[in-house]
Amino acid sequence: MLEIADVHTYYGESHVLHGVSLAVGPGEIVTILGRNGMGKTTLIRSVIGFTPARRGTIRFKGEDITRWPPFRAVEHGMGLVPQGRRVFPSLTVRENLEVAARGNGGRWTLAKVHELFPRLQERAGNRANKLSGGEQQMLAIGRALMTNPDLLLMDEPTEGLAPLLVREVGRVIAELKREGLSILLVEQNLPMALKVADRVHVLSRGQIVYSSTPSELSANHEIQSRYLGV
Amino acid sequence: MTAEFWIIQTFNGLSYGALLFLLASGLSLIFGVMRIVNLAHGSYFMLGGYVGLSVVWRTGSFAAAVLVGALAIALIGIAMERLFLRRLSGQVLGQVLMTIGFALIFQDAALLIWGGDPYTIPVPGPLRGVLRAGALSFPTYRAFIVVVAAVVATLLWLALDRTRVGARIRAAVDDAEMAQGVGINVPLLSLAVFALGAFLAAMGGVIGGAFLGVYPGADFEVLPYAFVVVIVGGLGSLPGAMVGSLLVGLLDNFGKALFPELSYFTLFAPMALILALRPTGLFGRA
Repeated sequence: MLEIADVHTYYGESHVLHGVSLAVGPGEIVTILGRNGMGKTTLIRSVIGFTPARRGTIRFKGEDITRWPPFRAVEHGMGLVPQGRRVFPSLTVRENLEVAARGNGGRWTLAKVHELFPRLQERAGNRANKLSGGEQQMLAIGRALMTNPDLLLMDEPTEGLAPLLVREVGRVIAELKREGLSILLVEQNLPMALKVADRVHVLSRGQIVYSSTPSELSANHEIQSRYLGV
Repeated sequence: MTAEFWIIQTFNGLSYGALLFLLASGLSLIFGVMRIVNLAHGSYFMLGGYVGLSVVWRTGSFAAAVLVGALAIALIGIAMERLFLRRLSGQVLGQVLMTIGFALIFQDAALLIWGGDPYTIPVPGPLRGVLRAGALSFPTYRAFIVVVAAVVATLLWLALDRTRVGARIRAAVDDAEMAQGVGINVPLLSLAVFALGAFLAAMGGVIGGAFLGVYPGADFEVLPYAFVVVIVGGLGSLPGAMVGSLLVGLLDNFGKALFPELSYFTLFAPMALILALRPTGLFGRA
């Protein structure tokens, strides 16, 4: 599905990712853990194409997408739930979903998104900037689903949410996995990450310093305290 | 000061504001979607007027002048965005320098092709003369400008507010990067908006050429007005461009009529005041 090979990414002269390699298989949830400022969001930005990798390759569904503009990656089947939600504030909830619709006859429609998030139907006519943080997160996920992705990039979907809503996001991720979606998930919330992931990678200073199954990581207290501050 | 003075001056201000709306609405949308400060926007106005003039000379048709003038300048806008500005995407200073370079080139090219004499595009027959309302009389052509601007404003509003493409443009104004992240072809959308902006400015140039004239320097004369409109109304906001145009048209007109020696003051002082109180403009978002 997704193969990231030796990716180096810079912001101007600042070298942020130092040769990251990882893969996400079909139907798999791969989680990236790490403290703030270690390059997790930069990795997501490189994959979608917001900040293209300067060296290395990113292959997605058989194509080298390293230098593709973001909209092409999305057309090719990549969905993005960005850090900070980034819903379109002046658009209504319904418009936020509709602008993302690709009309490619995929599984996800407005009705199906409303089924997953009934709250979004209730608030369909409201402007997105009037939503609560939790509702905005639902909208950001629903919007990404409207593009009918095969792979979903999720950058800290539980950031700033109350515990109840964190559980709700966890439920949704589990349901998407059952639907066969592949997910690359960046997460700060360790219990949630361990619960949904098939494999975990720990990112530190732009490099992957540890990779394992969730159960191995939950048993490894040294890695947890050294890289995750747990 | 009679009531007649106020009514006539208000009408004149409205019609000038209507012309400014044609010029500034495109500038505002271009900035909203692309964050480009296009200093060549006044050049589209001037070039539209010159092309329209040539068309009128050849064909005698005012309608053809408006259409050909606007389309020709839209093509220039497309070439400018596609071949030059896109290469500088994200580099604000480079883009500003490039657009001012283009503005200077357009100025010299116009001087070379059309010479230094001022011209006026002849007002077509049915639009000459005056409309009478009791003791008051209004030039028909100025009323025509108001009608054109109202039609354009309505069409733009419907397109932006009620269509799928319009929602995509608003999404790109909100967050262009994220718009790409949901699969919107923002480069293509930007090109279309840029062409539309050039089209409207040139249309304003042809229509304005029949009452302001077509002459060297018109480009840099209208540019500050367009920027005041956009800054007062709020960057990237269509309602802002509407309200801003009318406000600037009225301020400028009353300023010139009441305090001719202070006319720039009456235009720019309110702008400074609005910016001090609302730095994002009347309808702008932070």
